[in-house]
Amino acid sequence: MSQYELDARRLLCPLPVIRTQDKVKNLQSGDTLRVTCTDPGVLQDIPAWCRINGHKLIETHSSEHEYIVTLEVGK
Amino acid sequence: MLATKAIMEQGVHVEGINFFTGFCVEGHTHAIRKKDKEKPKRNNSLWVAETLGIKLHIIDIIEEYKDVLINPKHGYGANMNPCLDCKVFMVKKAKQWMEENDFDFIITGEVMGQRPMSQRRETMPIIAAESGADDRLVRPLCGQNLPATLPEREGWISRDKLFGFSGRGRKPQMALAEEYGIEEYSQPAGGCCFLTDESYSAKLVDLWKARGTKDYELDDVMLLKVGRHIRPNQDFKVIIAREDGEARFLEGYKKNYINMNCASHRGPLALIDGNPGAEDLYVAAQIVARYGQGRDAEQVDVLVRDLAGNESTLQVRPFGVDEMPKAWFI
Repeated sequence: MSQYELDARRLLCPLPVIRTQDKVKNLQSGDTLRVTCTDPGVLQDIPAWCRINGHKLIETHSSEHEYIVTLEVGK
Repeated sequence: MLATKAIMEQGVHVEGINFFTGFCVEGHTHAIRKKDKEKPKRNNSLWVAETLGIKLHIIDIIEEYKDVLINPKHGYGANMNPCLDCKVFMVKKAKQWMEENDFDFIITGEVMGQRPMSQRRETMPIIAAESGADDRLVRPLCGQNLPATLPEREGWISRDKLFGFSGRGRKPQMALAEEYGIEEYSQPAGGCCFLTDESYSAKLVDLWKARGTKDYELDDVMLLKVGRHIRPNQDFKVIIAREDGEARFLEGYKKNYINMNCASHRGPLALIDGNPGAEDLYVAAQIVARYGQGRDAEQVDVLVRDLAGNESTLQVRPFGVDEMPKAWFI
């Protein structure tokens, strides 16, 4: 199981989700991905995308103007 | 949403495709501004997919879409919306996806006569033919008004369970939504694309005119959604934040544009697009000062950062309310 990072800052919806989707395609089940964004909408969208596509949301975290979503790749 | 539900009701496995052109109107774009904070910060296609319980594939077509927008074979609608070419292109991409992923046919939510450009009796066959989807393109909401498609002829779906909706009214769709137990739905009157917006289209045309070429990058189309756009001449325009949310958004572009903000007073961030000369920068600074708290001051210091990150200060008299011609506002 490996940990990966994705920088999706400055991107507006739905680009952070598209970048996450494209990154996850190349990861293995059980890998974790930490996505850093500046669009607060990702706090809704990436969890929704995870639910739809069978990935596990590990946590969401907000700092001043950054939003971080960590997920575990499903099967 | 209704078209998907209608086919799912026939026991067919459906997955969604959402194409991102760069011009899509989303809650997030609205959410940059305070006045739109009430709007839900959600991606509607994800929300629809989750509501219906289907998978969704979001596909970035920003680069390929440029040719559709710049050279539309069927022309533009009321604004810069190339709706018919857009529909042909998206169905073509859906067909490609269908073949790569072993699916059998494509469905869309089109209703004959609902939209003036792409959803007319004459244009619907054009979409099927030019996309190459032909009789594998099913329109469940108006299918009974159209010739039988391959899935109907093969018995994969029942024509009797399709619908014969037509026209601009949406009452039959609303009744069907109620029958399906769908209480909330997005975009009941279209308008999910910035290219149908008059103000946005004017900014896009202005951009092309100023650059002398019909081309754009994603950053260009994103910036057209944000701020006041003020063009004193063809060499430059000022993109000026209207509030904190827009200023934060523009902050992300500071390295790519000459930018300025008031130093002696509180005021907004502005990006300068184009190739401004020294006099142009002075005019830009007067505009920036106009929108800061020093608008009534005799003199305002405006901090200017060039593309190399070097800072300098211009001392300017802010423009008065009548000194900026209406023609400058795009």
